[in-house]
Amino acid sequence: MRPWLIRHLQVFFYSLGQLWRSPWGTLMSVAVIAISLVLPTALYLALEVVDDLSGQWHSGAEISLFLEPEVSDQAAINLAKKINQRPQVASVDYISATAALEEFRQKSGFGVALDLLDKNPLPGLLRVLPKDNQLSSIQAKAWLLEFSALPEVDQAEYDYAWVQRLQAMVQIGQRLGLIFSILLGGGVVLIIGNTIRLAIFSRRQEIEINKLIGATNGFIRRPFLYSGMQQGALGGLFALAMIYAALSLLAPAVVRLAGTYQSEFTLQIVGWIELLLLPLLGGALGWAGAWLAVGRHLREIEPG
Amino acid sequence: MIRFSEVYKRYPGGGDALKNVGFRLATGEMAFLTGHSGAGKSTLLKLITAIERPTRGQVWIGQENISKIAHRKVPFLRRRIGIIFQDHKLLHDRTVFDNVALPLVVAGLRHQDIRRRVRAALDKVGLLRKERNYPLQLSGGEQQRVGIARAVVGKPPLLLADEPTGNLDPSLSLEIMDLFAEFNRVGVAVLIASHDLELIKQLGYRQLVLSEGELVAGGDSR
Repeated sequence: MRPWLIRHLQVFFYSLGQLWRSPWGTLMSVAVIAISLVLPTALYLALEVVDDLSGQWHSGAEISLFLEPEVSDQAAINLAKKINQRPQVASVDYISATAALEEFRQKSGFGVALDLLDKNPLPGLLRVLPKDNQLSSIQAKAWLLEFSALPEVDQAEYDYAWVQRLQAMVQIGQRLGLIFSILLGGGVVLIIGNTIRLAIFSRRQEIEINKLIGATNGFIRRPFLYSGMQQGALGGLFALAMIYAALSLLAPAVVRLAGTYQSEFTLQIVGWIELLLLPLLGGALGWAGAWLAVGRHLREIEPG
Repeated sequence: MIRFSEVYKRYPGGGDALKNVGFRLATGEMAFLTGHSGAGKSTLLKLITAIERPTRGQVWIGQENISKIAHRKVPFLRRRIGIIFQDHKLLHDRTVFDNVALPLVVAGLRHQDIRRRVRAALDKVGLLRKERNYPLQLSGGEQQRVGIARAVVGKPPLLLADEPTGNLDPSLSLEIMDLFAEFNRVGVAVLIASHDLELIKQLGYRQLVLSEGELVAGGDSR
């Protein structure tokens, strides 16, 4: 191995050893760092889930026209043709009351209960798909008014509005997450900076002696930088463990909830690479904090 | 090895700590620096190790004028000088071996070389058997010898000692001085600040005498 590599490894293990020798102090600062990292990460993950879910409705930019029960299949098909002639409509699907019941019977598992009903409770449905992927809200409102005025139509619904609202909320959440991340990241830098500052002062004499026997500033700086980086990375690892613990507590409940919606949705949003970012990020923040403290205080300590 | 030329040192808000000091210490020469406390001995040593800079005049170490030495060059100057302190300045949480090894670790030597040279230095001061002890387990005289081993382990051409026998009884002091004389015999220049006049007279090396910041004996004859 090259000498400089050996020297760096020596310092690396030396500062790890220093952390090990004061386990309580180390544990405290690492825990604080971990919590600071967990909060924005958890928020980010939650938003990821919501975004994922809302993405599944993204194609739902359609208008549903629920027909009056007495409208016949033929009348419904005629109406569909009429609506389809409008220039802004891409397509119109007709789902008859019978077909709707069949679909519901298959998907819901209420088959036996449905057999007990003496008549089909479901209405026929026209699904109107506009040419523009997303209708503006004004346009959507105009269409809804127009369609619900048709004699055959019982009720018209545009179910995209709440998706849009949800996405807007997710966006606000993402901004908030960014703000939290910056604040808490700054917090990590300051926490580590302070820990390193205390370490520098408690080893003042050692630093003086090192300077007297010809240590360069780089040599004196190195163990402190490594120490900051290690504390940050350890905090990141702790945060990782916390998030995994939280996910494994949540996952069964989420699967049960998703099950009631006939959804196969599970909590598998975070890849390993994404989570390895946490220790890396922690390490980088720790390094930055140590750099701040070292830059400020090492110069003050001169043999005199 | 050392050359002072018309050196003045004034501390902010104080009088002149050194006034027009000029002297040379030849390569391989040994000399004592004496004078009352406050006469400027410590200031003179601090100028040599670039802890302080002269207000006026020039300080030369070897071929280098260090009166205005750049900060980043200071460590490399100090590696060429072995410094011994009255209070030893040892690290109490490290073994004797690790204390002596410090200058070599700082200089980035290889592990095997460090081992060999530290043991040689400890052998010279007679403490090889105590390499695994911690400084506080040793007597005052032994601690001072650890300090000397640390100063010589890097084989510097110049040793500086600031009151190295200040806390020791006369027979131990003589032992320590003999140790310096031994290093001097193999070509190391030695400058010892001390006010132990009895001992100095006994040894018979050249004396530089400082009084109120002025060199009153042993300096350049001008």
